[in-house]
Amino acid sequence: MSRRGRLSLFAVAGTGLLAVLLIGFHGLPRFGDYHGIYGLLVNRVEPAQRRATDIVTALNFDLRAFDTLGEEFILFASVAGVAVILRHLRDEDQDLQRSQGIEDHRFAGASEALRAGSLVLIPLLVALGAYVVFHGALTPGGGFQGGIVLAAGPLAILAAGRYLALKRLAPEWALEALEATGGACYALIGLGGLIFAGVYLRNFLPLGDSGQLLSAGMMPLNSIAVGLEVTGAFLLTWTEFLDQALVVRRGELRR
Amino acid sequence: MTALQLVALLAVGVIGTAVVFVPEALRQAFMLGFYGLALTLLFFCFQAPDVALSEIVVSGLGLPVIVLAALRKIRTQEHAREDGDAE
Repeated sequence: MSRRGRLSLFAVAGTGLLAVLLIGFHGLPRFGDYHGIYGLLVNRVEPAQRRATDIVTALNFDLRAFDTLGEEFILFASVAGVAVILRHLRDEDQDLQRSQGIEDHRFAGASEALRAGSLVLIPLLVALGAYVVFHGALTPGGGFQGGIVLAAGPLAILAAGRYLALKRLAPEWALEALEATGGACYALIGLGGLIFAGVYLRNFLPLGDSGQLLSAGMMPLNSIAVGLEVTGAFLLTWTEFLDQALVVRRGELRR
Repeated sequence: MTALQLVALLAVGVIGTAVVFVPEALRQAFMLGFYGLALTLLFFCFQAPDVALSEIVVSGLGLPVIVLAALRKIRTQEHAREDGDAE
């Protein structure tokens, strides 16, 4: 199609989209004018009945705990898919023996300052990630957010130019196990609800005092389970992609 | 609407447009990181710190690592192919 043809097609489609958007925006409530009954209800119910102070986490791990189970499986399946495709792509032309030469592999221009900075970042990121995971029911955050921050900790080793050290610290089998354990734990916690409370994923643990670290029933456990899975999932995805970029040499070229 | 919210909205609009118009993929990846920062600010200003926390790690670290790895892979292959042609 010629440029003129495409542009005229865009003009028609764009005008239509603009019209629909304007009609849609016209019906919106005013800025900051909240009418949702559901939100107000959740704000009242969750602190009172579950002693959770972070309502978003309470939604994820209590009211919509089953949705979160589905999300866990989506994450698991998609990361497994990435791993399967990328491992199939390489002709196993990689081996760490041959790659030993890049043990001290540095990104072009990776300075001493960057390496030192990364070293400082690792413990800070791990501490922040653990904090966010453990305080999921209390402060903003939770398993997913904390899990990514936790995964970012080891990744700082990559920024320090030591990718193979990262691979030794977090080998693929360990990441796979971490991810699978997290997912399984979440499902098993739900099973605990089925056994002890009669409904899958219903809270069956003592609620504790609002604001305490061990409160809000099973939410801290859920948060830890999700945190483990997300940490494993992200590190595994990064490892697979980085393997392709840094370790595998001309794998599929001869196909 | 506070001034900070207005700034965040404008930043998302401007940087988002910039991501599209930056010509080279590598620069685009960096721009995408800045776009993530703007989005993080936006989420934070609109009282969604949970989402902001996810956004800053995913867009500041998660996505760029994958994009950079993919770009490097493509370049290595292109170099290898050129070498192959030259031989």
